[in-house]
Amino acid sequence: MPRTRVYEAVTERLEILDVEGRVDQALMPALDAEALRGLYRDMVLMRNFDDKALKLQRQGRMGTWPPIKGQEAVQAGVARAMGEHDWLIPAFREHGVMALRGVPLHLIYAYWAGDERGSCYPEGVRCFPVAVPVGSQWQHGAGVGLSLKLSGEDAVAVTFGGDGSTSEGDFHEALNCAAVFGVKAVFVIQNNQWAISVPLHQQTATATLAQKAHAYGMPGIQVDGNDVLAVYVATREAIQRARRGDGPTLIEAVTYRLGDHTTADDASRYRPEGEVEAWEGRDPIQRLRRHLEGAGLWDESQEAVLQEEAHAWVESQVKAFEEMAPQEPEAIFSSMYAELPPHLVEQMNELLAEVRS
Amino acid sequence: MSARAAGGRALHAVPESTTDKLTIAQAVRDAMAGEMERDERVLVLGEDVGVDGGVFRATEGLIERFGPQRVIDTPLAESSIIGMSIGLAATGFRPIAEIQFMGFVYPAVNQLFAHAARLRNRTRGNLSVPMVVRMPYGGGIHPPEHHSESYEAMFLNTPGIKVVVPSNPYDAKGLLTAAIRDPDPVLFMEPKRIYRAFREPVPRDGYTVPIGKAAIAREGEDVSLIAWGAMVRVCLDAAEVLTRSDVAAEVVDLRSLNPLDRETVLASVAKTGRAVVVHEAPRTAGFGAEIAAQIGEHALLQLEAPVRRVAGFDTVFPLARSEQYYLPSRERVIDAVQRVLSY
Repeated sequence: MPRTRVYEAVTERLEILDVEGRVDQALMPALDAEALRGLYRDMVLMRNFDDKALKLQRQGRMGTWPPIKGQEAVQAGVARAMGEHDWLIPAFREHGVMALRGVPLHLIYAYWAGDERGSCYPEGVRCFPVAVPVGSQWQHGAGVGLSLKLSGEDAVAVTFGGDGSTSEGDFHEALNCAAVFGVKAVFVIQNNQWAISVPLHQQTATATLAQKAHAYGMPGIQVDGNDVLAVYVATREAIQRARRGDGPTLIEAVTYRLGDHTTADDASRYRPEGEVEAWEGRDPIQRLRRHLEGAGLWDESQEAVLQEEAHAWVESQVKAFEEMAPQEPEAIFSSMYAELPPHLVEQMNELLAEVRS
Repeated sequence: MSARAAGGRALHAVPESTTDKLTIAQAVRDAMAGEMERDERVLVLGEDVGVDGGVFRATEGLIERFGPQRVIDTPLAESSIIGMSIGLAATGFRPIAEIQFMGFVYPAVNQLFAHAARLRNRTRGNLSVPMVVRMPYGGGIHPPEHHSESYEAMFLNTPGIKVVVPSNPYDAKGLLTAAIRDPDPVLFMEPKRIYRAFREPVPRDGYTVPIGKAAIAREGEDVSLIAWGAMVRVCLDAAEVLTRSDVAAEVVDLRSLNPLDRETVLASVAKTGRAVVVHEAPRTAGFGAEIAAQIGEHALLQLEAPVRRVAGFDTVFPLARSEQYYLPSRERVIDAVQRVLSY
């Protein structure tokens, strides 16, 4: 009885744009100057609205906010690789990709400020609401991917989650089922190294998160998550694969959370000194800017115009968010069911009598 | 005490030629087949629901009729069954998910509580989950461990999920049809102990029994027995025996636990002045406590005696050889009735 090898696998890593802004021409996607500047603009807008949210929170004008600083490349690269009708199923640190997929920023602000209307997106925006419980959204992505497969619709479900969420049972179940059914889905891990205070090596004993894909029978790839071009290329390939009906893909985007877990967290309690500074040197936005400048596609005056545009847009969205009239008290009842049952009518009237007395 | 102790169960008046005599299990399957025929968005998914036809044969024949794209054997993953159903339901399908036994629902509870029950509310109606989760529940079939539980109380403390329990074949088909057509998630609890206990004429055509309406399974003037699912049979048996002591028990079959038909409960209690609530789940914080509280809040002065509960004990559900000690029996119900009558 021989001892044989029944399965072997290799996990690839993709990098295209390095820290100095140099690109690997062989791997460079066919993006024209406008598209490259578009990716840069996307990331600058994200950085601006994220910074603004932190300021609003400190001023008491925003609730608990999970910052996305440092993770802009993952979000821009994925968003720009998605097609018009693709679904986005976010976790809770995906404001950037959500905004690029059409969720109005003022609604994103409203949600994190504590207003459910922030998860009621305009008609045609194919996006699930934020998923806070950690890892549960992987299952919805598998389900939407199955839905798209069964309906034959030309669309793909793109689901996000963090490194910590890969330890949840739902991650395993969802990817297993997605592969078994060959659903039209792409799963993107934003591996930002830290699940609040727990570092990746305490989250998993595997060398990468991407390699877990092998256990489910789907392709997995690791990308430099601070390299917007690598993210874009890997996601585009994965989406094309799913669209063709060849099944789901797992993408691990290795990035770093430059900020705290949320505004309620103090990351200096658990992160080693110097780590944040080291990652600031790999900033995804600066990296693409260096490339654009080196290629003669960007200069100081364009930067000034963009910063002005970003500022104006963010301020207009803050204004729209802060001008939302407060929800009526009965709103906590009115969307519980399609039709309000008698006991909820009764409880709603109790509340209204109390608040109007 | 009333002399008129007959009562008797009101039969569903349907012409015989258009009906089949079905068991509850067959009526469940009939409802699914009818709705799958009527609406191509309706899917069935779960463990062993396809080729095997379900461990209780409730999905027998569906895969042959509707194919593996609509009758989906899933991996052994309760959280995925519900989580994927949420994704399917939010994007246009109408999944009927089966959890093979209610005792195995725990891995799916996060998906049910944190997502299915909340999606409509948290998106202010933008996304919704028109999904049915079928779950055989309850004891009395002498199975292995974890196959006998009745966990309705935890779902009733979770706003956003309707909870429905039929006690007979006619209601099984009508309630399940209503559940499949319902725009919100419905937990459909199937009393597996009486899956095949008896047959009743069930109309061939589709029909609904409205969710949120209780039924008077037997009329009486002396005491209200309030129950659902398999316990309705126990109460009907008890009522029959009680006629020998000249006691006319009314049996209220709730059929829907959320929403609860409080009006029917209160009307019955107003008539009889006495109530006994009967359920299989543990007594403490069981739904009987809620019903007793609501009767207390709304009908205290009409009561001749405190509301009594006949329920499972606050113990782990016993293995097969001891389950008769746990499950509410006809005798235990009769004893409770005698206590409220002699209060």
